[in-house]
Amino acid sequence: MTATTTRPTNRIGLTTQDYQGGTSTLCAGCGHNSITSQIISACYDLSLDPASVIKMSGIGCSSKTPAYFLGRSFGFNTLHGRMPSVSTGAMLANRTMTAIGVSGDGDTGSIGFGQFKHMMRRNVPMVYIVENNGVYGLTKGQHSATADVGQHLKYAGTNSLPPIDICAEAIAADCGFVARSFSGDAKQLRELIKAAISYEGTAVIDIISPCVTFNNEDDSSKSYAYGKDKEERIQDIQFIQSFEEVVVDYEPGSEQIVKLHDGPTIKLRKLTREYDATDRWAAIKLLEESRNADIFVTGLIHINESRPTLQQTMSLIDEPLAYQTEAQLRPSRAAFAAVMAEF
Amino acid sequence: MTSHDTVVSAPIIDPSIPIINDFSLVVATENGSGSQTANNTLIRAIFKMGVPVSGKNLFPSNISGLPTWYTIRVSHQGYAARREYSEILVAYNPRTSDEDLSKLPAGGVCIHPADMKFTTPRSDVVYYPVPVKDFLKEIAPPQHLRDYIINMSYVGVVTQLFNISRDEIESALMHHFNGKRKAVDLNLRMVDLAIAHTVASLPKQDPFRVEPLDKTAGKILIDGNTAAGIGAVVGGVGIVAWYPITPSTSLVDAITEYAPKLRPAVDDKVNYAIIQAEDELAAAGMIVGAGWAGVRAMTATSGPGLSLMNEFGGLAHFAEVPIVIWDIMRMGPSTGLPTRVSQGDILSAYYLGHGDSQHICLLPGDMSECFSFAGTAFDLAERFQTPVLVLSDLDLGMNNWMTAPFEYPETPFDRGKILHTASFEQFLADHDNKWGRYRDVDGDGITYRTIPGNQHPRAGWLGRGTGHNEQAVYSERSEDWQRNMERLSRKLETARTHVPAPVVDARAGATVGIIGYGSTSDAIAEARDQLRAQGIETSSMRLRSLPLNDEVRAFVAAFDVVYVVELNQDSQMLQLLCAHAPKHAGNLAPVNLCDGLPLTATFITNRILAHRASAQK
Repeated sequence: MTATTTRPTNRIGLTTQDYQGGTSTLCAGCGHNSITSQIISACYDLSLDPASVIKMSGIGCSSKTPAYFLGRSFGFNTLHGRMPSVSTGAMLANRTMTAIGVSGDGDTGSIGFGQFKHMMRRNVPMVYIVENNGVYGLTKGQHSATADVGQHLKYAGTNSLPPIDICAEAIAADCGFVARSFSGDAKQLRELIKAAISYEGTAVIDIISPCVTFNNEDDSSKSYAYGKDKEERIQDIQFIQSFEEVVVDYEPGSEQIVKLHDGPTIKLRKLTREYDATDRWAAIKLLEESRNADIFVTGLIHINESRPTLQQTMSLIDEPLAYQTEAQLRPSRAAFAAVMAEF
Repeated sequence: MTSHDTVVSAPIIDPSIPIINDFSLVVATENGSGSQTANNTLIRAIFKMGVPVSGKNLFPSNISGLPTWYTIRVSHQGYAARREYSEILVAYNPRTSDEDLSKLPAGGVCIHPADMKFTTPRSDVVYYPVPVKDFLKEIAPPQHLRDYIINMSYVGVVTQLFNISRDEIESALMHHFNGKRKAVDLNLRMVDLAIAHTVASLPKQDPFRVEPLDKTAGKILIDGNTAAGIGAVVGGVGIVAWYPITPSTSLVDAITEYAPKLRPAVDDKVNYAIIQAEDELAAAGMIVGAGWAGVRAMTATSGPGLSLMNEFGGLAHFAEVPIVIWDIMRMGPSTGLPTRVSQGDILSAYYLGHGDSQHICLLPGDMSECFSFAGTAFDLAERFQTPVLVLSDLDLGMNNWMTAPFEYPETPFDRGKILHTASFEQFLADHDNKWGRYRDVDGDGITYRTIPGNQHPRAGWLGRGTGHNEQAVYSERSEDWQRNMERLSRKLETARTHVPAPVVDARAGATVGIIGYGSTSDAIAEARDQLRAQGIETSSMRLRSLPLNDEVRAFVAAFDVVYVVELNQDSQMLQLLCAHAPKHAGNLAPVNLCDGLPLTATFITNRILAHRASAQK
């Protein structure tokens, strides 16, 4: 315990304490808790005002986590699989908010699959985190739709159906920010979350997040052992805020610099493979190849900033609809009389 | 004909006695043939002559080729309900012509294409054959307009035979085609050909006439969905999320049409969003998100869609999120008869959700309420922080009704107990620095809410459908749960006295009561006149909302018999009335029908007379 007076603060004078939420009620060692920590770190690093954030979720272990971060923020723990539609409504109502959504593989890959796809199709501005453990935790151990063929669970037996790849689905749906990470890879995760928060449209991060209670056997592709053993970072990612200087560290050609709309930059340093995250076809190829080779690739898989957000598509005013006054919402008497005269 | 005792039935028409402004005309065509233009032209012309008129479209769930009937009722008394029979038939659909002809009362009129053959012609009706093919040859309209122009031939014959103003026909066409002279002239050529032919070759043999009156001055003709759409825009709607379903679609179409006129874009940007969702679940989810974030949000749907919104209904009730759901009721169960009317969602709407939930429901009974309840629904949703369902139906929503023009609302929005940054600060100062999202400070069951964007560090809360305490924090404590449920019940009791009160017409000497709601109101008013003519005086109560109040209980108690008129099989409102007034449940008698058609006065009158006759045995 240290004296709180010396606690460091960020640019808006808040401490990490100000980004905390309630105490987690998830199992000790759950990957989701690590992700919660990185959300807190990312928001602190970005100096996000908690009053400008809405936390959204569906139903499941993952969807409980918004209670564990940003306690000051508004949030909505919605229905199973329905976070996308509720978030769509909320972000249309108040486009000035930053939405951070947390879902799981059951919430996204099964019951909410349709809403997930349509949210990306609409390009609803939000960070959409999938805490992917391949198993239904709250109902005690059924296979989810992201479970690998041959995944064996004590309760549910052996899975024989092919997995849904969240990232491949996101790319197919024309999502402009698609990333994959591992709950055990704190640094990469934090940078990805910062980049996702700064991205204008839907940003999907599929995070393998082991379930220590139901699906953490070494042979499971959603286990800690698998993640540590098979992870291949496709690039080193560094998120650079708009007021920070972008320093080129390496020789030309080894870094990809992606400048986001409102100023910040994502710097991607090449590792072992040649990869261009702006190339949608290359992303699909990467996912297919890595699946066949049983490699767990992580990093920013695809980025494309060309699509308008839903609010832009709908030509909404810049101010939040939720704060329109009666004077702004009521038609004029003249306009009303003109409409009545049509009949 | 229905199987019950018929006391009021179709009279035999005597052609020597003029029948002025009191008859019905049914136009039988195939759907997709464009007859709507012709029928609207006739209605508008009669309306502009000052004669009360209403139109009902009985159409199939199909785009093209199936039979459709459009009934126009002309009534100097202003009756707008459907009648059991029409005296005049425009038989333009060869596939139904025999059956249509068989339904005419003796002395009725049949207007038909000259080449139409009836298998079983009747000798007791008047025929007016129309040489449609000759007209077509003369006009030679473009092929794609052929069907529309054909229909104008019956407009011409009807105009001439029944003394409808030809000038008003032209004005109605001008209105329909937004003043496009070329389109008007093409249609008018057929009308005029048919008029000339009628003058020359179809001597008048029937007693029906339209005579100008002064009973529609200052009135308009409109359908309930358009009224509701305009009402929603005027009522401050911010977000409309929806999924297409008959018969609610035209409500959202009206918002799409009138929002840009009523709330024009500034710098090409608008302060509303109309979003077509991927299904009704998503539509409901979007308005829950929008309502939670502080916008007046609504959807429009019908029975099957409402079923899909069930889970969100439960969430919004328990998380206390204001949303408005318009249910334009149609015949169920399942897909049922999608283009036929019903009041079959009363119970499913009232109890939408899971666990215990009763919702505020509004029951518009005329065009002016379709308009005004759109705003009322938002006010109540925000005042009570809860879903409000507006239960309209296909008859109200899609048919044309006469009404006074709507009035610009003079009362301000009721945004309810909402705290923004400054008012939140003040609230804390006034309440010992205590605030909980679900803390009942005023004792009325309604708590104070904050919305995203509130800058106060204590204003945020996590909405949830799970058990929660007054601080909106997850809780499985029995006391927290019980206290919350009791507060929600208290909130319902508060709502009971705030929702639109029933409209009562109490008559001296009334021996029976009649309770009805929604689209049956006109049929009930007409039936009461019929009963009065038979020596039975009635008092009526038109319900305008749920939950039911004390006044309703007193009305049920006040008569030996109270008839409950509704368009569903299970007497759904009667069930709610029994639960509301259990001591007097024995007074209630159902007058219900579930045949897909708008209710007629004759049905109500006959059912009541039969019930009284059997009670006396």
